[in-house]
Order: sequence, then C-alpha cells, then structure tokens
Amino acid sequence: MDKGLQSELQKQGVYMTTWDQLVNWGRSNSIWPLQFGLACCAIEMIATAASRYDIARFGSEIFRASPRQADLMIVAGTVTKKMAPQVVRLYNQMAEPKYVISMGACATSGGPFHKGYNVLKGIDRFIPVDVYIPGCPPTPQALLEGLMRLQERIRSRSMASEVDSKKAEYAIPEFGEKGLKPHYNPEVWQPPKDSGQ
Amino acid sequence: MLPLEELKSVIQELLPGVPLDLEAGSLLVSSKDLITVCRCLKNTERFSLDYLANLTVVDYPPERMEVIYHFYSMLKKHGPVALKVKVEREKPSVPSVTPLWRGAEFQEREAYDLFGVVFEGHPDLRRILMWEGFKGHPMRKDYIVEDQDAVETLSP
Repeated sequence: MDKGLQSELQKQGVYMTTWDQLVNWGRSNSIWPLQFGLACCAIEMIATAASRYDIARFGSEIFRASPRQADLMIVAGTVTKKMAPQVVRLYNQMAEPKYVISMGACATSGGPFHKGYNVLKGIDRFIPVDVYIPGCPPTPQALLEGLMRLQERIRSRSMASEVDSKKAEYAIPEFGEKGLKPHYNPEVWQPPKDSGQ
Repeated sequence: MLPLEELKSVIQELLPGVPLDLEAGSLLVSSKDLITVCRCLKNTERFSLDYLANLTVVDYPPERMEVIYHFYSMLKKHGPVALKVKVEREKPSVPSVTPLWRGAEFQEREAYDLFGVVFEGHPDLRRILMWEGFKGHPMRKDYIVEDQDAVETLSP
C-alpha cells in the first residue's frame, strides 16, 4: 500500500493496513527469547533483561524456559562440541517462525577458543543464524541493536512472497572420535573457499 | 606452615627410608611412596593437611609427565603444600588418593580424561569432560586437533 496515501488517510482518522504489516507488527514486537545461556555472554543477556537496559521496551522480556513457547534463540556464549547437539535439538523443538541470534565471538566463530579441541567454530554450522552480534562479550546495547535488526528483518518480510529457505528441523550432529560428526551441515554452512591455511 | 626444608626433614624423620626431594617449591616423591607420604601429611597432627585443593598434570614431552597436588589444612589454617610425582609419559600411572581425600575423585577423572594418567585404585575412573567414545587425551602437547572445516568422508 502506498505510504503517502496511508499517512494521508491516517490524518483523516482512517487507518488502513495490510495483513503483512499487521502480522509483522505483532511478530516483531513480541519476540520471546528462549531462556538459556552458555557462557559469559549470558550475563550480558541477563543485564539486558534487567531494568537498566530493559529489553521489555522491545517486547522481548518474556524469556521462556520451554522451546515450545519461544520465538528467538539467543545463542549466548561458547558452544562446546558436547553442547552443540543439545542446542540444535532445542532449535528443532521451537515453533515456527523462529529466529536465531548468534551473540558474541564464541557463538559466531569459536572466538578465543577457535583453535581449541572442544569448541564448535560457530553455531551457524548447524542452524541458520539471522543476526550476528560481534563482541566479547557484546554489551547490552549491542544485543538490543541486534534485536532491533531482527525486528527490521521481520517487518521487511512479506507473507505472500515469503519463500522461507529455513527448515523447521536440522540434523543433530553426533559425537565422533575427535569431534562432531559431521563437522557441519552443508545445507546451512560451507567452508570458505580459501580455507586452506 | 613449616618452611619446605623443615617439612622435608620432619617427614623424613617420620618416614625413614622414603626418598624425598625438593623441586621448584614442591616436594617430590616417587609414585610408589605417594600413598605413604600422603597418609603422613594428612594424618600427622602437626600437618593435618585435610584438604586437597588441586590436582593437576603437566605434560613435558617427550618423556615425562608430572602429577601435582596442592594441599591445605582447614584445621590448622595453613598451606598450601605442593607435592609432585614424576611419571613416564608412555604409560602414566599413579596410585589414587581418592580414599584419602574424597575430593580427588573428579579431579583424578579430569586428569585421566585430558592427560591419560591412570589413577590406580580409583573407584570410578572414566572420562568426565569429553564424551564417551572420544579418542585421545586433548591436553597432551602432541594431541592433534581435528580440522573442523574438513569435509566428512564416509568411511567404507
């Protein structure tokens, strides 16, 4: 719908909207995160939820302890190889539409543990990530920025044209002799072409 | 707590015939005398080292590993006393101190998991941090970390 026409009509007390806008307005302002944290980023996430930064201003204050009731998975912290299958399983158990924020260096790439034996080099190897937040750990402001980016993303979607490349479930990796089997899910992630080092 | 030299001479009085050495601020005992010395440190009224604060391993390739114990006394409010045992790297093995300090149980499991040191007499020696089926001991200096970018090839 034409934005100019819409605002003209609003001045006359006539409100018109589209189904897309209405649904996206609702979705983007009630993103309930899943209540779990993996490392120190979780402390910043808790601070974001507390009164000083107050994530409730964005409608995301209801941290759900059950994946069935959550819309957003904030992967806050180091994903160890031992934890990765559980994180993927939690993602699979969430209802659609679901979103993932990779919070901090560890969840995004392994961070300072990049060369370690026990840490997954980024949760995006197994589940699709919508927003990456840099930082070690990211400040509450950064997490709020990430959340607002996600809201923008949700609002820009059209239901009619929406071809969601995301699947509802992704394969859960298994434990191998040195790490996870497989190392990554090729549906979601491919190694960079020049990763020969 | 006594200075280390005095501590050593007191133990040698109490346990004649047990060879003791000092190295870098810690007592050095052989693995066969470990339990005798530990029992002495714990049960002698004067030491009363009733708390094992830390148990760890250091890897010195190519031949040697050291198991290191740190003791405190909650009763006497003194410590720490450091105790070291040198073991060979090929098949590292020391007696378990879990019967003396119950708190050693998980620490010994961790040392077994990450370094491969076998603690004889441990009630339940299995991996604690890495998963079942994990191969190797990742804190050893010669452990080769897998390439997580490598494409998985299906084994025939």
